Amino acid sequence: MAFKFKGVDFIGFDALLSEDERLTRDTARQFIEDNLIPVIEECNREGRFPRELVPQMGELGFFGANLHGYGCAGMSNVEYGLVMQEFERGDSGVRSFVSVQSALVMYPIYTFGSDEQKDYWLPLLARGEKLGCFGLTEPDFGSNPGGMRTRARKEGDEYVLNGEKMWITSGTIADVAVIWAKVDDEDGRVRGFLVETDRPGFSAYDVHGKWSLRASVTSGLSLQDVRVPAKNLMPGTDGLKAALMCLNQARYGIGWGAIGAAMSCYDTALQYSQVRKQFRDQPIASHQLVQEKLTWMITEITKAQLLSLQVGRLKDAGKVEHQHISMAKRNNVWMALECARLARDILGGNGITDDYPIMRHMMNLESVKTYEGTHDIHTLIIGQSITGVPAY
Amino acid sequence: MKILVCIKQVPQKDVPLKLNEAGTWIREDVSYEVNEPDAYALEEALRQKEKHGGEVVVVTAGPARAQQVLREALAKGADRAIHLEDDKFAHLDSVNTARAIAAAIAGESFDLIVTGLQSDDFGAAQTGVLLAEILGLPHATIIIGIEKTDSGLRLKRELEAGHYQWIEMPSPAVLTIQSGINKLRYASLIGIKQAKNKPLRKVAWAEVEPKLGKNLQQIERLYVPVKQKKTEMVEGPPAEVARKVVEYLKNSARVL
Ligand SMILES: Cc1cc2nc3c(=O)[nH]c(=O)nc-3n(C[C@H](O)[C@H](O)[C@H](O)COP(=O)(O)OP(=O)(O)OC[C@H]3O[C@@H](n4cnc5c(N)ncnc54)[C@H](O)[C@@H]3O)c2cc1C
Ligand SMILES: Cc1cc2nc3c(=O)[nH]c(=O)nc-3n(C[C@H](O)[C@H](O)[C@H](O)COP(=O)(O)OP(=O)(O)OC[C@H]3O[C@@H](n4cnc5c(N)ncnc54)[C@H](O)[C@@H]3O)c2cc1C
Repeated sequence: MAFKFKGVDFIGFDALLSEDERLTRDTARQFIEDNLIPVIEECNREGRFPRELVPQMGELGFFGANLHGYGCAGMSNVEYGLVMQEFERGDSGVRSFVSVQSALVMYPIYTFGSDEQKDYWLPLLARGEKLGCFGLTEPDFGSNPGGMRTRARKEGDEYVLNGEKMWITSGTIADVAVIWAKVDDEDGRVRGFLVETDRPGFSAYDVHGKWSLRASVTSGLSLQDVRVPAKNLMPGTDGLKAALMCLNQARYGIGWGAIGAAMSCYDTALQYSQVRKQFRDQPIASHQLVQEKLTWMITEITKAQLLSLQVGRLKDAGKVEHQHISMAKRNNVWMALECARLARDILGGNGITDDYPIMRHMMNLESVKTYEGTHDIHTLIIGQSITGVPAY
Repeated sequence: MKILVCIKQVPQKDVPLKLNEAGTWIREDVSYEVNEPDAYALEEALRQKEKHGGEVVVVTAGPARAQQVLREALAKGADRAIHLEDDKFAHLDSVNTARAIAAAIAGESFDLIVTGLQSDDFGAAQTGVLLAEILGLPHATIIIGIEKTDSGLRLKRELEAGHYQWIEMPSPAVLTIQSGINKLRYASLIGIKQAKNKPLRKVAWAEVEPKLGKNLQQIERLYVPVKQKKTEMVEGPPAEVARKVVEYLKNSARVL
């Protein structure tokens, strides 16, 4: 059976955190330990999103935690990051759900929305009484969303939207979709719309056969002549830049989240290696090759913590740049996936079963490596920032 | 009801503990948490306040790091906190800890004082009882249920082997609370932010020192028991072997 998570702190990282940061982290950790860990393997098996946890998540302030006002907690970015870490220590799918609700739905409304949109949606989304999704990716446009085909046409005081969105987290459970579309009479400028999902012409269906993020809902959206009042346009959205700003928020959280998944794998492998005996009645932790794997993991996790913390401090100081966030996302997801693979090795045959969280994290992290800018796209973002040459 | 909750910060359970060089206590650089029964005492206090109104005040005696347990309590809904802050507080025995707390709250009158049943580190189960004695208040221990009545309190106490008893008591009183008697709440993220603006009074060592005496109890040596594996072959006819084994189980292993 799985081991109780003991936390991971090799270099006294906690001393770099404030009291509030530690308290926030510990609260999220306890919440996940008590409520998600007992059900997550079953959810993963059944391909079920644990929706029953949503009201309590809302009550405790986990949605839009780093936004201010509107019933949001007003956390710092480091605190928000630590919450993401703890959620993903539980499961990347559940963390994805919170990321979408917070960074991809609440953040754009908060940043680009009208007062009316903010007053109406933010408190409901913060409490988890309404759920949202973010529709940018299309079947033919993933890494290059600028090519999107979804269109909005103004007719009187309405917009008419047409298009297909694909790989949309929470699509079929959302009450509101943030839809990115090119506006016909604005030269194809990309803008964001709030589309209530019960509008005629809007439909959503689940993507089946996923081997990853099975505890999160992934959907396709279809918009056929969906009419929304002109006031559903988020007035501050001006081009693809607005959508990319949202992604930056979410990617920042993913950088932290991946550390959580890695911690879960490392801690499981460490505890397993101390009790599993093989050869001369010795724990496998006594073998050099096993120690090498554990050492690699703890070193990479520690480096990732420092990277994310610095990026978070920059973000709190208003000095972060998108390439910094790209580095945290790219490095940390990669190292987490490597940790999952090494941990799986250490657990031998046991590592492939869902008695332990490792294969689930490993499969989840394959999505995390791809979404919010693939690993390779972040290579190119960092590459451009240091050479000045775009290489996409 | 005006309620005081005594909360201690203790080394986290389930993490490997390292002894200090002198072998007299645990090294400072371990993780700490709220003493478990104290968390239940706080929860019970918050529930009483929700039912009857009033104020919940939390107090701890310990080094700077112990402030974390007060922050957590404030985030969960306590109204204000008192921190007897000094490294020296960590090394007081139960009676001196009780004296220090009594001195720090002099001038305040509480309707109810609750503490955890015992601390997870020392396990003395004395601080609450001694505090009652110093304050001249009645006390009851191992409490698993509290009801406010017109004349005072109706309390449920845990006895041995699954039995319990109901008792009536006047208030003010000091109660020591058992773990697991209610469902602990989480600090909400908004609560954590609001806790920053709640009053936290610091009490220096010098302010309470005149009330303290010499520690009557101190730790001479702390060590990790050494595990030994010893195999002894019992030889002879079966009846003889059986007799020897029974004797061993009775007298050496003391399991019979
Ligand atoms: C589980 C899940 C949930 C998701 N949730 C959402 C959501 O809520 N909302 C949303 O809008 N989207 C969502 N996505 C979509 C996600 O953002 C895209 O999958 C991602 O952007 C990659 O796009 P793609 O899958 O079309 O891959 P492609 O863009 O086709 O990329 C395929 C491969 O080609 C590489 N590649 C592409 N261009 C270049 C280049 N110029 N140079 C070098 N290599 C290149 C990529 O790195 C990748 O390895 C989700 C995806 C998944 C898997
Ligand atoms: C799907 C599946 C099907 C299988 N089918 C069969 C089958 O049909 N018949 C059968 O007999 N078996 C079968 N097996 C068992 C398989 O051969 C074992 O899982 C494998 O030998 C590893 O043993 P283990 O799982 O006990 O891991 P362990 O031996 O416990 O190893 C755990 C980790 O410790 C490392 N380790 C162990 N000893 C040392 C050392 N001295 N130095 C350094 N590192 C060490 C290992 O490399 C590994 O990383 C199957 C396993 C699986 C997963």
